[in-house]
Amino acid sequence: MLSGSLKVKTTVPWTRLFYPGRRCMAHVADITDIPTEDDKPFNVPIPEESYETYNLEPPPLTLETTKGQLKQLYHDLFMIRRMELAADKLYKEGKVRGFCHLSIGQEAVAVGVEHGISRDDKLITAYRSHGTTLMRGATVKSILGELLGRQDGISHGRGGSIHMFRKNFFGGNGIVGSHVPVGAGIAFAQQYNNNDSVTVDIFGDGAANQGQVHEAYNMAKLWNLPIIFCCENNRYGMGTSAERSSAMTEYYKRGQYIPGLRIDGMNVLAVLAAMRHGKSFVHAGNGPLLFEFQTYRYAGHSVSDPGTTYRSREEIQSERDHDPIAVLKDKLIAWSVVSEEEAKAMEKEVRSKVDREAEEANHMPIPEPRLDVLFQDIYVPGSEPPQQRGRTVDETCY
Amino acid sequence: MAAPRLFRPAARLLSSRLSSTPLRPAFSQTACAPSVLRLRGYATETGAKEVTVRDALNEALAEELEGNEKTFVMGEEVAQYNGAYKVTRGLLDRFGPKRVIDTPITEAGFTGLAVGAALAGLHPICEFMTFNFAMQSIDHIINSAAKTHYMSGGIQPCNITFRGPNGFAAGVAAQHSQDYSAWYGSIPGLKVVAPWSAEDAKGLLKAAIRDPNPVVVLENEILSSLTQFDRLLYGQAFPMSEAAQKNDFVLPIGKAKIERPGKDLTIVSLSRCVGQSLNAASQLKQKYGVEAEVINLRSVKPLDVETIIQSLKKTGRLMCVESGFPMFGVASEILALSMEYGFDYLTAPAVRVTGAEVPTPYAVGLEQMSFPQEDTIVNQAAKLLRL
Repeated sequence: MLSGSLKVKTTVPWTRLFYPGRRCMAHVADITDIPTEDDKPFNVPIPEESYETYNLEPPPLTLETTKGQLKQLYHDLFMIRRMELAADKLYKEGKVRGFCHLSIGQEAVAVGVEHGISRDDKLITAYRSHGTTLMRGATVKSILGELLGRQDGISHGRGGSIHMFRKNFFGGNGIVGSHVPVGAGIAFAQQYNNNDSVTVDIFGDGAANQGQVHEAYNMAKLWNLPIIFCCENNRYGMGTSAERSSAMTEYYKRGQYIPGLRIDGMNVLAVLAAMRHGKSFVHAGNGPLLFEFQTYRYAGHSVSDPGTTYRSREEIQSERDHDPIAVLKDKLIAWSVVSEEEAKAMEKEVRSKVDREAEEANHMPIPEPRLDVLFQDIYVPGSEPPQQRGRTVDETCY
Repeated sequence: MAAPRLFRPAARLLSSRLSSTPLRPAFSQTACAPSVLRLRGYATETGAKEVTVRDALNEALAEELEGNEKTFVMGEEVAQYNGAYKVTRGLLDRFGPKRVIDTPITEAGFTGLAVGAALAGLHPICEFMTFNFAMQSIDHIINSAAKTHYMSGGIQPCNITFRGPNGFAAGVAAQHSQDYSAWYGSIPGLKVVAPWSAEDAKGLLKAAIRDPNPVVVLENEILSSLTQFDRLLYGQAFPMSEAAQKNDFVLPIGKAKIERPGKDLTIVSLSRCVGQSLNAASQLKQKYGVEAEVINLRSVKPLDVETIIQSLKKTGRLMCVESGFPMFGVASEILALSMEYGFDYLTAPAVRVTGAEVPTPYAVGLEQMSFPQEDTIVNQAAKLLRL
């Protein structure tokens, strides 16, 4: 199968293939009685096949939402896509150093998760973190500025693509699987402080085979921690498919003693509904949950990977039929939440906003090449060692 | 070549933020005044009492748990079993299972969990049954804890203490007998302390818990074990001054202590080797009339370069005694620093006494050959001094 696909030549770059303008063929359920007001709640259906459960009641197959929220979901999905495309462009211009893992195709996970929890809830994720960082309230320019290594980037140019933090967002983490017990610790702190919030701990299908993921499951269940483990299964850990890496690919069942839920991660509404359901389950003191979002990354593992040696063009092509942005757009138009023109106007606005912020990021200053800047923030201010050594004795910072 | 700015730190220390606005009141001179020359068996000063290292650590933990709701102790067998080396004895009864938590045997997992709790604002004290087991979780100590504040551009602190016995133990062979001072001491973002006496143990552990950064506290098993090891260091008693008995006693991280002043030779040492060095210094005095100055490093990172070089300036000769592997170790670093900052003061090549380059053997005679012994130190010093 693979060998055949290797021979497929394409002249269209992958970034062009996955435009939200493409129509999704899936059937959109009809709903009537859509309110005219943006903030009036109504129910939208979730397809039954969006979920598979493991020792857990499935979420309700309707989602209470508003027109305002649906528009916001579309806005956010599109914003992440445009930001990732801007990052891709910057990388290809040689302006981004090192890593750059794009989440194009996986946007519904970051957006659905954020809309299903509150800002007081905690979130920790792996290295494919640009979308999540944006959804946690960061600006496009602070993220792109970080990619460019600028002083005004979100981590002041100290972290780069993987390491971005915000209030209640514990990063982008670069060691695959190691942040999973760290997330359990964040949930531990919530329990310790009698805090009502929950922790969302996102990792990939590749990380799911790390031993400490299972150590985290054990302690989370043992101590009834308020945490939702989320396996964001994009079917490949770098270039190794789930089938080639995992003895069992039903990741939502791999918590054994932890109830699990597999979710169509290309449908933002299903993700949102599942997170709401999961949050109330955990909130009621039922202990941890293990979610698996089935999603797909269109791009390679990172920008340096064309993503075509280990999977076929046909596979990628067929996945784009479920493009999360196109899927939602179809629904919004069918339900008359937005008109085609309104959607286009929204897209245009997002596009120009991202372009503008990318330009601003491009003009951010670089960190000054001074020793005090270099050594800043290794330790909490006020508790630094009296001296920190540079490359030579003369470069020691006192 | 520009002269290395050795004495700049001295001036800076006096005016630094740390000393002008101390983080902790106990940084004041009174609480950490060097209690000059305390050899074992020396007369106790008024109000001093004999305290084992184990009890000093226990007292430090209890005081910090008492004073700060955000602290909790987590590790294998710390609660119901009362601690594998009884360092946490009685803490469960006193503070309850919320604050003193038995973990499964899952080092990577519980270390990651403790780091997560620290990132979320708590002040965990993460105990390793020994630091040998922490090799399973060193990724969390370094990648998850030490680097996060820097990588986040200063917005995500991690106030956590990692503690447990480290270094050479007796008769436990290679996997349970390694010194990690150099491993952790090399990592920017970490602070590393290695107590020797009971005062060190209490003052440094309390400082570590209060420090807003990740701090590794490398105790010595020999200093804290029970039963057949009780004569050794956790069970070894030291006089503890009246000041150190108070619950506000904290030692500054990054300051060494001159345990014995001298004029002929500087011996820099840490942890259990400090005791050996002091005994060796007594023998040197007895046999050769030599006055060796013994510096107890107390802190591996930051390293008190100033105290070492000031002493070297006085004595002209430097010997470093430690139990780690010789290559790329604490002693190697101190010798390198003596070249960078004190070359002009050296009247003989600086030397080191270290653990041997061998996985720790089980048989007693071989084990003794693997670690510094008092006569190793005395002989090496005599050679250095051409006695």
